[in-house]
Amino acid sequence: MALTWKLSSYWDKFWHLANPKVFMGWSSRLLPIIIVMAAFCLSTGLIWGFFFTPDDARQGSTVKIIYLHVPAALVAINGYLLMFIGSLFWLIRRQHVSVLIAKATAPIGMAMTAIALLTGAIWGQPMWGTYWVWDPRLTSFFVLFLFYIGYIVLWSAIEDHDTAADLTSILALVGCGFALLSRYAVLFWSQGLHQGTTVTISDGVQQERISDVFFQPLLLSMVGFCLLFLALLLIGTRTELRVRRLKMLELREQML
Amino acid sequence: MMPDLGNYAVEVISAYGLSSIVLGFLILTSVVRNARVKQRLADAEARKDA
Repeated sequence: MALTWKLSSYWDKFWHLANPKVFMGWSSRLLPIIIVMAAFCLSTGLIWGFFFTPDDARQGSTVKIIYLHVPAALVAINGYLLMFIGSLFWLIRRQHVSVLIAKATAPIGMAMTAIALLTGAIWGQPMWGTYWVWDPRLTSFFVLFLFYIGYIVLWSAIEDHDTAADLTSILALVGCGFALLSRYAVLFWSQGLHQGTTVTISDGVQQERISDVFFQPLLLSMVGFCLLFLALLLIGTRTELRVRRLKMLELREQML
Repeated sequence: MMPDLGNYAVEVISAYGLSSIVLGFLILTSVVRNARVKQRLADAEARKDA
């Protein structure tokens, strides 16, 4: 009983944070800290990875692409999952901040997917002998990119906010399958060129953990990309909330 | 003190270059749009209070 009451209290506090006015308050205090942390982790991780790590025995210096490719792919997939959650909360609770978080996620996720695809293609040419193959993971990642574009286009094509939020939320729910597919396709489709999880390389029988020399800057870079995503997400959501308020004021001016 | 990238210098440099362009564009557009909307909202709030 006490646990239920406590959980209910946390749940209420969580929704209180999503109140637009409260959100603007705490996000303005949190944003500078996240920006500083993101700048520190990103610059340290990328400089460490680019300048101070050795070449890989098999991949040569192309291993340095890992510090961009893996973090970008991580954010691209998890960004879509966040869009899914935001959209779901909108459809269930009509929570405006949650759908605006989903809306603000889309351009960041699209850019991260583009980085993952571009760096993957550049890395693929010397390693696989081709920029692109219609491999399960690559294809599902490309479809994920198209879903991001479709989501952004749909938002801009519909004038009424609630209708746009409804339709884009449904699109986000449908696209979520591809986000999961792009992450797990290699596990159940044993074909294609792309390897399994990068951090723990598996050939199905043996598991070979990535060396600490590469893993430590990679981890820092991953944290940096996640913090950059969070900073841009907060900026984007704050912008969307202001746009919403601006539209309301302009509408009021027109009516007077 | 540029590291020796061997035969793959073009690939590594282009991966970092393209990613920097995409990230730079994303950050710039986010910040500029935020500043513009903030200014427009401040103007609209001022007109409302006037």
